[in-house]
Amino acid sequence: MSTATLSDVGLDDRLGRAWKKPHFITNPVLRYALLGVTIIYLYLAVNSIEVNWARVSEGLVRGWEFVKAFGNPDFTSRWTDIREGMIESIIITIASTVVGIAISIPIGLGAARNIAPLPVYIICRAIVAISRALNEIIVAILMVAIFGFGPLAGFITLSFATIGFLSKLLAEEIEDMSRVQAEAIQATGSSWLQWINYGVQPQVMPRLIGLSIYRLDINFRESAVLGLVGAGGIGATLNTAFDRYEFDTAAAILIIIIVIVMALEYLSGVIRARVQ
Amino acid sequence: MLELKKLTKTYATGDQALKAVEVEIPAGQVLALIGPSGAGKSTLIRCINRLVEPTSGSVILNGENITKLSSSGLRRARRTMGMIFQEYALVERLTVMENVLSGRLGYVGFWRAFLRKYPQSDIDEAYRLLDRVGLLAMADKRADELSGGQRQRVGIARALIQDPKLLLVDEPTASLDPKTSRQIMRLICELCAERGLAAIINIHDVALAQMFVQRVIGLQLGAVQFDGPPDGLTPEVLTAIYGEEDWQATIEEVDEDDLENESAAA
Repeated sequence: MSTATLSDVGLDDRLGRAWKKPHFITNPVLRYALLGVTIIYLYLAVNSIEVNWARVSEGLVRGWEFVKAFGNPDFTSRWTDIREGMIESIIITIASTVVGIAISIPIGLGAARNIAPLPVYIICRAIVAISRALNEIIVAILMVAIFGFGPLAGFITLSFATIGFLSKLLAEEIEDMSRVQAEAIQATGSSWLQWINYGVQPQVMPRLIGLSIYRLDINFRESAVLGLVGAGGIGATLNTAFDRYEFDTAAAILIIIIVIVMALEYLSGVIRARVQ
Repeated sequence: MLELKKLTKTYATGDQALKAVEVEIPAGQVLALIGPSGAGKSTLIRCINRLVEPTSGSVILNGENITKLSSSGLRRARRTMGMIFQEYALVERLTVMENVLSGRLGYVGFWRAFLRKYPQSDIDEAYRLLDRVGLLAMADKRADELSGGQRQRVGIARALIQDPKLLLVDEPTASLDPKTSRQIMRLICELCAERGLAAIINIHDVALAQMFVQRVIGLQLGAVQFDGPPDGLTPEVLTAIYGEEDWQATIEEVDEDDLENESAAA
């Protein structure tokens, strides 16, 4: 019996009868046709894949080597390189986060429609859009081309990326703030800066701190990637280790990265819980 | 002392919130502004200190035309007009003391305010006011730890520390229980009498208004419909102001429209 006729059935006829959720596609012909088409497509699709089993076995061997290396990471034989790369990465991360936040705050204020005049808003939103449109890797390649290999390129890239991220989210937080709290400060005859300090800042501060720590975390992970295109940091060391098939050293580097990211994650949890 | 001349506000959406309102208020007079939601009560109050920019007409406070002032002149004029809000409008993450002291922002420079280094006289006055509204013990609590009635008292202290000549009071009791509402209204009216302040109080509760004020103005669709003593509010007058009874059902909607209009205009 289909659902259409069931809706005409009275209470007495329904009592004692099992209930089933109506089908997502009510027309049974369409339902089974779609099922059939999906199965045929999957069959054809799987058959169209050409698998070179020789390469798979080769890859599996290499993969297994890598897994074994993880069980036996080598921190010592390239320790100087690892240490230098790590310090460089940490310096890039902290410097770019601090500079990025410092630039993001005024741009974030300008990009909030409820507090900035239209021309300022448009300019700040344009800066945010440009920063967000360009992926970190692309900016890094550009910066390496301009400033040469090394951490300076990484630092500028991540500062630039931080601006897009933080300004946008800060501006959105400001746009969502309680208007009447800000209005009350305005009504006391405060200047614009006082108004920002008393009416706006307390409302957005917890979010700004949370976002800043999150960005620190992102910048550290990105700094590991940027080394691959020559922008300095631990990524360069990691790349070299892979090129030399030194999987045990690569494993050591990855483990250090994971530990640092986990530590940052824990730290951000603690801080965000405290600033509410 | 305060004179509104042909005060008109038309929002960007084309809604006429105020239609050439003419009101004159002598020094020290406490006045209630009643009328249905959407009648323009909030807009009227916000046009006086230009939180909402009036479309035309003028606001004359002690001989000075507020509507013509530059932004620095407006800041100076706003110092003399304390404002009390419907939902208290305290900055919730600041302490009670910071909220009260923020009433002095028009008098102190940026760095003093930023570093919270207010002159001793301001700090003493803040303590005195907190004591007067019965919240001295709460000075270092965060504003969001207080109850509704307590928050409104802090809001009153913040308005009074400005040393205003005029209080603009927007629905001070709308989110309070009946007993607290009376206490807050009594406190506002007592303080006005103590300090010789004029006040315009927007209020929904007609009975509460009649209990405390000397004069009532009824607004309807942005125009003054009634202006007289509280005992002049006969059932006929109230019908003229509020219209049909089943109007009540749409109050919430009108409130929201009003807010949207204001943010569009701000």
